[in-house]
Amino acid sequence: MRKQYLVAAAGLLLGLLFIIATHVYQTQQAQKLDFLAREDAEVFVRPHSPTLGSPDARVTLVEFMDPACETCAAFSPFVKKLMDDNPGKIRLVLRYAPFHDGADDFVRILEAAGNQGKYWETLDIMYQSQGHWASHQNPQPHLLWDFVAMAEVDLDMVRNDMNEARIQRILEQDIADARALNVTKTPGFFVNGKPLTTFGFKQLQQLVESEIARMYPQ
Amino acid sequence: MASTDSMSNPGWNILFLAWLLTIASALTSIFFSAVMQLPPCVLCWYQRIFLFPLAFIFTTGLFFCDKSVVRYALPLAGAGWLVALYQNLLVYGIVPESIKPCSQGVSCTESYFDILGFLTIPMLSFMAFTIILVLLYTFNRRISQ
Repeated sequence: MRKQYLVAAAGLLLGLLFIIATHVYQTQQAQKLDFLAREDAEVFVRPHSPTLGSPDARVTLVEFMDPACETCAAFSPFVKKLMDDNPGKIRLVLRYAPFHDGADDFVRILEAAGNQGKYWETLDIMYQSQGHWASHQNPQPHLLWDFVAMAEVDLDMVRNDMNEARIQRILEQDIADARALNVTKTPGFFVNGKPLTTFGFKQLQQLVESEIARMYPQ
Repeated sequence: MASTDSMSNPGWNILFLAWLLTIASALTSIFFSAVMQLPPCVLCWYQRIFLFPLAFIFTTGLFFCDKSVVRYALPLAGAGWLVALYQNLLVYGIVPESIKPCSQGVSCTESYFDILGFLTIPMLSFMAFTIILVLLYTFNRRISQ
């Protein structure tokens, strides 16, 4: 039987090594990003980035998103609730990581609607109606327009503005920053520069609350 | 039990080495995709298809000291070795990659990682499959003596 024990022990040892390596790697990555946050804060927030909440808030929640991403839509009410529960303490910054097919066009429409002061209304409507125009079995970007109209924006103006060079530059900058921060999936969250390492509603809430506790000591 | 006889067989140590290498390789490949979040390319997926069952076959073979483990492990290791060889030929440009439109997938020839300038992921895989094949060959010779 001794050889069977040897196999089991070696297996356990390798498993343990794996766990240690995972921990070491994640700690290193977190330190690297923390370093980035101090040296290169503009990677997280650019002057063009849409922002919600008080500019004096000490907790900055950066979300790399895609209007066609279902998980981003699912997180949207949750993020709003987090902000409502902690009034004045959280500032939400949106960055684009258009990974879905045609996603950059959705971003263009959103930014063009923003020219008419309807950015957040349009985003809400896009998220709510997403299942109708961005279904994975049958994506139909042309259907999006009926819903954008519900935000009471001038559609002709949106069609005209969406090709602005300004929007193209925003997209390029955001994609470059997403790459620099190693964002490969949406939504990608950073709270005061700290990445959300394990994904989930509860994990995001814990990270935000720990930063609130740190920045607003009682 | 007949198994006690084969347990004292020197071949067991060779099988144990092959098992260690297989488990370590499987864990490394999981580490690349699950922890470092490097998405595996298509050819890497094929190599995983042949590597992961090897881990289970070797474990079972070792536990029951079954010599016929070679019969089941060899085709898997051989197939994995061929895919790894093909991928390395692609990476070093010996076999040209056919032209295809850009897509948001992962290229099989882009190197995401290398140590000492030559240890890329495809190279690690190729070396692992080669050593497993050599060990299996040695094991087979020992037990047929």
